[in-house]
Parts: sequence; structure tokens; C-alpha cells
Amino acid sequence: MAVLTFNDVTCKGCDLCVDACPKKILTLDTSRVNAKGYNPVLCTDINACTACAICARVCPDSVIKVEKGEAA
Amino acid sequence: MANKIIYEKSRGLTDTPLTYCPGCSHGTIHKLVAESLVELDVLERTVAIAPVGCSVLAYNFFNCDGIQAAHGRAPAVATGVKRVQPDKIVFAYQGDGDLASIGTAEIIHAAHRSENFTVIFVNNAIYGMTGGQMAPTTLIDQKTTTSPYGRFEETTGKPLLVSEMMAQIPGATYIERVSVHDHAHILKAKRAVKKAFGYQVAGKGFTMIEVLAACPIGWGVTPVNSMKFVKDEMMPYYPLGVYCDRGGEA
Amino acid sequence: MSQKVLMKGNEAIAEAAIQAGCKAFFGYPITPQNEIPEYMSLHMEKRGGVFVQAESEVSAINMCYGAAATGARVMTSSSSPGMALKQEGISYMSGADLPVLMVNVSRCGPGLGGILPAQGDYFMATRGGGNGDYRTPVYAPAYIQEATDLVFEAFDVAEKYRTPVMILLDGMLGQMMEPVEIKPRPPVQVDKSWVTIGDTANRKPNVVNSLSLLGDVLEQQNFERFKKYEQLERVGVMVENTVKDGDEIAIVAYGVPARIAQNAIEELVGEGIKAGLVRPITLWPFPYDTLANLPASVKHVVVAELSMGQLIEDVRLGVNGKFPVHLVNRCGGMVFEPAEIAEAVRKIIKGGV
Repeated sequence: MAVLTFNDVTCKGCDLCVDACPKKILTLDTSRVNAKGYNPVLCTDINACTACAICARVCPDSVIKVEKGEAA
Repeated sequence: MANKIIYEKSRGLTDTPLTYCPGCSHGTIHKLVAESLVELDVLERTVAIAPVGCSVLAYNFFNCDGIQAAHGRAPAVATGVKRVQPDKIVFAYQGDGDLASIGTAEIIHAAHRSENFTVIFVNNAIYGMTGGQMAPTTLIDQKTTTSPYGRFEETTGKPLLVSEMMAQIPGATYIERVSVHDHAHILKAKRAVKKAFGYQVAGKGFTMIEVLAACPIGWGVTPVNSMKFVKDEMMPYYPLGVYCDRGGEA
Repeated sequence: MSQKVLMKGNEAIAEAAIQAGCKAFFGYPITPQNEIPEYMSLHMEKRGGVFVQAESEVSAINMCYGAAATGARVMTSSSSPGMALKQEGISYMSGADLPVLMVNVSRCGPGLGGILPAQGDYFMATRGGGNGDYRTPVYAPAYIQEATDLVFEAFDVAEKYRTPVMILLDGMLGQMMEPVEIKPRPPVQVDKSWVTIGDTANRKPNVVNSLSLLGDVLEQQNFERFKKYEQLERVGVMVENTVKDGDEIAIVAYGVPARIAQNAIEELVGEGIKAGLVRPITLWPFPYDTLANLPASVKHVVVAELSMGQLIEDVRLGVNGKFPVHLVNRCGGMVFEPAEIAEAVRKIIKGGV
């Protein structure tokens, strides 16, 4: 079971993680705007996440923390 | 049981939010430097030299001592630090205006003396901080605020091939050009950056990694399209690869 | 062990710097200061220091910037056009509060000019050619002995006040030989907790920097920096003053020209013309008070300089209209004889100038 933690404060909504995600389960959350004025990223289906961390590595702002639960 | 951390922000970076534009490659390159310093266990004895340009505030982002240098002079400042503190790890972080234009004398002679420090050369084909002016590395026909009709070879020459030029210098130990436009290339770039710092730790002399980088705001494209520009427009002119490796570690 | 030996000015300055604990020298060849980098290349490494011949004067001062940021005693030397190139680094080091000793063995200008002695760098040294609000302490020795003594003082002031300092001389003093006894003294003890030496295992990272994007913050930083300049203006002024009550002529000159002026004064005194010398040893901070407080007997202040009227501006600021101020000068590498100065003074007394 993957766990994704997003730092909503530093996310700039650049879309690079959304584009890079092989499972296409990331999107910019247009219902929210952070203090910098950006729509922060959101995971739409955490169950499909393989914790590959591609999203975290392509993120210039170190927004994403990727963990894998021991139970899985 | 605790979750296994697959990826988290490097402790080589401070908590200060980056001042770069959305999608800017500087943040990605900062991560590669910070991760390398931590993995080589040298962060605490590192001095970062920041340039003039978008990364002028880099000293706020790297979690180590930092010095802000005058435009183009980072290799001279790094020389001063490293010569009196040869056991410390020193890197100059420079953009293309800083390194390839105003700082050509300093970078060439730092390599010429084979100063034992590492240079991270961020080539995004434009002056970002000042508002998107033409750099020596701007591509032919690329529009900038000082090449509004596109860069003409007749009056402004061809884009400067810095890695190719630097590799000719006998004192250059390791020169490689990498890109950070996608995940696979980020991993390769990380290996190059870490290898360069490893050479410095081993006292092997001057190392420089040229990183092809995106400037979405300066180029006037989306971050995702800026990565395509790096791949489709920059990489054909700026071939990736090792341009010299005299460090004995192929 | 110290003893009096015959030394060339440039070499004596270099040796004094090493004895003062200079740990790094960064320079670039230019006449007439080449003996300094040459001496440093011969001695620095075997005495535990660093010598680098930079690719330019710009690089040399920026190497100083990096080395000074680690807390090391650092030095560079050059001559007029080279000092002009260093102005960028001087401004940066002032803005980053970094100490460095710079020796300017000046020549004549403008432009490439020539290698003969002149004092046309007075404005560049005291006003600075770099951008922004800063001051540079400037020491102007007239004797090789004094030059070596000032090396120790200049290093201490640089570190105590965290500022670039300059020793300004010319090719005459740099190239001549005089008996000199180098008198080492322990360096001033100063706080160095600010250095960027790559030692963050037990402290937070330090930053050396002159960037300050917020107006109110930068203004406050400049206010703080000027407090140390004000302190230097109070305690750092050095001047030789032989003007006595009853003297009617005060000649103001610095460096070797002050020695020529002294000969002229002896000639005048021999004729019954009462005259004395004001010799600024620090050009900044300038001995304005000495000039403001000249005895009321003084009828004329005569400025003898090897430039087109640069020192005279500070003399006028000091005199502040109390006495008439006259200029006796040569330039372009031409040096006045004592008789020239004496004759000019006679004409001034007669009202001929």
C-alpha cells in the first residue's frame, strides 16, 4: 500500500508529476488554491499507486513524499 | 510497523521554498546536488558558491555554507575557498549567462588549473532572471527578448558548445552533459553529478556537469511542453554524454 | 629575530605580509608591482600559505573574496589599471563585509598611461570606483619602513572592521631600496563565527553575501556598515603634522612626494620662511581635523601632489575656507624637485599665484 504525502504549500501546480505518472492517477486539484495561487496536486486513486516515486523525482520543488506500507 | 520511505525531500536542502517559477529545472538540479552530497556524506563540509541569475539565492536552498559570487566569478571564488580549505567540498552552481558569457575567463582557467571543485552548469538557453534575454546558448531561430526575430547565426553566431570546449582543456578531469527533462534522464543526471563530486572527494581535479534545463516562463511554454523542447530542440544540438573523463573511472 | 636589512619596497611589503600571517595571495602581473607576486610565489607555499597567479585582476580579487569568506588573511596587489578592474570585487567584499589587504603600487594614467610614479589613483582609492555606498581605508606610506609597519596595521583594521583596506604607494617607493626592520606583532583577535568554511556538523549554515532585495533591510545594513566607518573616522586617522604655531605655510602631501615637500620646507625655513608639513598617512579616513585646526598664523595651505588636483579636494574640505589653498603639481610620471615646490611657495607668498 503506497502512501503519498503532498506539501500543498510548496506545490506550484506545474503539472510535471501529473504528466510523468505512469498510472495517470495524479491531477491538479482545481477546487483548491494554495497561498501562492496554485492548484496543488492530488492523487485520485491511491490504490493504483505502485510507489514508483517517478512523480517525486520529477518534481522540482520536492513536494511529494512516497512511502510504502510494510503490510503490503 | 513504520512505512518504508521510497522518496522524500533531501536533508541537503533547507525548508525554504524555492523561488523558481513552476516547472523550472533548477529545483530538480538542486535536488540532485543535495542528494549527492548527502549520499557521499560530505554535506557538512561543503561550501556552495551561488551565481548571479535565477539561482542567485541558491545559498538559501542548500543546507550547507554558502557564498554568493559576482556575475561569472563563481569559479574564482571557489578557487579562493578550495585553495585555503583543500579538504572541504566546494561547488559552483552557474547558469549559462553566468558561465558561458560573462564568466568564460573564470571557468576556462579554473579548469586549466584543474581546480579540485565541481561546477554545475545549468544550460537553459536563456537569461531567466533578467527577463528572457538571449544567451550564448540560445538556439538558432529561438526568440528571446533580445532576439525578438529569432537568433540569427550571421550576427550572433552559433550556440556555444560549452562541454565540447571545456573538454579540450588538459586540466579538465570530467565533463559530462546531461538532461533533466524526464525521469530516466534525471536518474542519469544524478549519477553524473554524484560521480563528479566523488572525483572531487578523491582529489581528482576539475569536474563540470552541464545540465540541459527548462525555462518554461522564459520560453513562454507550459512546463510539460518545456520538457519536450529540451528533448526535441536542445538535445539534437547539445548531444548528451561524457566529453572527457580523465579521472580513471570509466 | 628582527634586524635592519636593505630591501626593495615591493619585496619588503610582501615579506611583512607573510610575517603578518597572510595565508593566501592572489595576483596578476602588472608593472611596477611584479616583485610582490614574484616574492609571494617564492615564499608562500613553503611557509604554509597559498599563492595563485589568477587569469586576471578581476579573478584575483574574486579569489580573495572566496578565501576571505573562510576567515583566512588574504591579500592581492596590483597597479592602477589592474586596481580599476578590481573595483567590482572591492564593492562586493565591502557589501559582504569581508577583509582583504590590497596593495596598489600605482602608475600614471588615465588608461594604460605609463609605469612612472603618479598619484592619479587618489579618487579611485578614497572614493572608490565600485558601485554603492561603501568606504575603503587607505594607507599611504612615504617610507619603506612605514609601508611594512602599515601592512600589520592594515591587516588588523581589515579584520577588525571586516572591510577591504588598501595600501597606496607608487613605483618610486615600490622599486627603491631602504633599510627596513620588519616588526611582527600578533594579529588582532576577532570573532570569526560568520565564516563559510564548510563546517556545519555543529552549527547552522553561514552565508556570505551582498544581495539584499528588500529596501528597508538593505538600508539598515548600510546604516550598520557606516557605523563602523564612523568608528574608523574617530579612531583610525593617521597623520604626520609638523606645522607649528607661528608657521605661515602649511604644505600638504602624502607618500614619497611628502618627502620631497619636506626638502622644500627645509629650503624655505633656511630662507626664513616658516613652514611645516601635513602628511596624511590615512587618505581615508582623512585628517580633516588636522587641517581644520591649523594654527591661525598660517597664511597659505599648499597642496603638493602628483595628480591634477585630487588630494586638494579633501584638503579644501578640511580647511573649509579658513585659509587659501593652492595647488603645486606634476603628473604623467613627472615628479617635482624640492626647488619647484619652494619656488611655487615663494610666488604664492608674493601673490603671484
